[in-house]
Amino acid sequence: MIEIRLHGRGGQGAVTSAELLALAAIKQGRYAQAFPSFGPERRGAPVVAFCRISDEEIRVRAVISRPDIVLVLDPSILRLVDVCNGLKADGVLVANTRFSPEEIKKELGVKSRVATVDANRIAQEELGLTITNTTMLGALLKASEVVDKGAMIEPFRERFGRLAERNIKAFERAYKETKIL
Amino acid sequence: MAIKVGMEVSIAAAQAVKQANTDIIAAYPITPQTHIVEHLAELVNNGELDAEFIPVESEHSAMSVCTGSSAVGARSFTCTSSQGLALMSEIVYIASFLRLPILMLLANRSLSGPLGIWNDHSDVMSIRDCGWIQVFAENGQDVYDHVFIGYRVAEDRNCLLPFLVNLDGFILTHMIEPIEMMDQDMVNRYLPPYQPLYTLHPDHPVTMGAFTGPALYTETKKAQDEALKGSLPYIMKGWQEFGDLTGRYYHPIERYKTEDAKIILITQGSLGGTASIAIDSLREKGESAGLVKIRLWRPFPFEEFREAVKGAELVVVIDRAISYGGPGGPLAGEIRSALYAQERRPRVVNVIAGIGGHDVAPEDFEQIIRQARKSSGEGYEIYGVRE
Repeated sequence: MIEIRLHGRGGQGAVTSAELLALAAIKQGRYAQAFPSFGPERRGAPVVAFCRISDEEIRVRAVISRPDIVLVLDPSILRLVDVCNGLKADGVLVANTRFSPEEIKKELGVKSRVATVDANRIAQEELGLTITNTTMLGALLKASEVVDKGAMIEPFRERFGRLAERNIKAFERAYKETKIL
Repeated sequence: MAIKVGMEVSIAAAQAVKQANTDIIAAYPITPQTHIVEHLAELVNNGELDAEFIPVESEHSAMSVCTGSSAVGARSFTCTSSQGLALMSEIVYIASFLRLPILMLLANRSLSGPLGIWNDHSDVMSIRDCGWIQVFAENGQDVYDHVFIGYRVAEDRNCLLPFLVNLDGFILTHMIEPIEMMDQDMVNRYLPPYQPLYTLHPDHPVTMGAFTGPALYTETKKAQDEALKGSLPYIMKGWQEFGDLTGRYYHPIERYKTEDAKIILITQGSLGGTASIAIDSLREKGESAGLVKIRLWRPFPFEEFREAVKGAELVVVIDRAISYGGPGGPLAGEIRSALYAQERRPRVVNVIAGIGGHDVAPEDFEQIIRQARKSSGEGYEIYGVRE
């Protein structure tokens, strides 16, 4: 079972990212859970969402405290929240930042692998706004193939309709531009 | 044909209410409420569900509408949580006395105060004695399935009782997971149209809810109690036939690795899955541990329960509500009563955990069991408190 914790700001789509990933896995006949950190939602405040993917039925319903992957959707969260708390040593931090993996590793003292991409720039150019939920899924799948890349397309089309193509482009670009160390 | 789809449990529940061909939905549309009625409002608005959606001014009115609509023979649904249930509770008792087969989904959330919106069982335990059939769901599939099972059992002329499905707030209501959806043909085969026995109709006047003086009151209440106790075989029948149709069989008491278990953990609702992981871990360490999940809360399945724990030396009961100054949580009180007259009975240790949204992980259950071994079994403990 792969456990992913997503950090973002309210309104940025961390919950949507978790959901799209889970839907892609379920469509492939696997088991998955996606859920928000429970509570009142406040736009702009740091939020957390969770996703589990497994080939077997998932019985656990506690929050994820020892993630395999941490996905950070907003650059400012990296310095505000202890995003790497509990991250497994063989796990990976996937961050939206204009800094390189070397710089992030050094600044945050991360021992595990780090993947970075400037998702704000990609989202701004492809979607015209800095909502990075679909873009950061491209970075996530580059860092760890938790679901087949192609499996994301159908959930994108179902969720975004006529806006799907732009989201797919942002997703593909992030996949190409993500650097890993 | 049934297909497995990923969706939020609340949305799946709303889809089931639609597939069950519900006639009347009455709900108070703001907090505390879930996506269940939000989605139902959309379905009615979009013409996908031919039902009357009545956005009432309070939960008290929601249950009043359901009582009236069920009394005239309409299949009636409502849904609430915490404070909403507290406000509704006056009419909840009346619905069961009038023997009206209303279906309610209760997204379990804590009662104020302090003001909190998170999951526990303090809401449902406040209406423990309301006379409804009450079940607990462990996952999204259970919730979806029990919309059909609920109506089917409630409307059975041998029952004619309202049916309450408990689903843990947030932990289930906000969860996206795979759920096997039935096609309409399957639903129709399982759930025939509602054929009421007595209805309010101007052409055939009857009285429902008449004033009852001391000369008849006790007899009336005994009849009500007999009706709820007597519903057990029809609940079993509803589950059996649902299982024959879908392959998913439900039981009043569900057991996990209890056969030779000396230590048995007891849970209700969504804690069951997490607890089963702790049981696996204890078994790997050579401990003889098992899990009993109480699916049917009312009528309480005494016989099935005693059978499930008969070999145990230690029973650890997890409650998600407090009975302040009482003998233990509401579930533990029940368990102790159920075992008291037994010649050989296990030590019962009561632990209150997971209240007000406090997370409970598999390792917490292991810790609870470690502590329970040392406990005398007197009273109860509240787990994970910082002092």
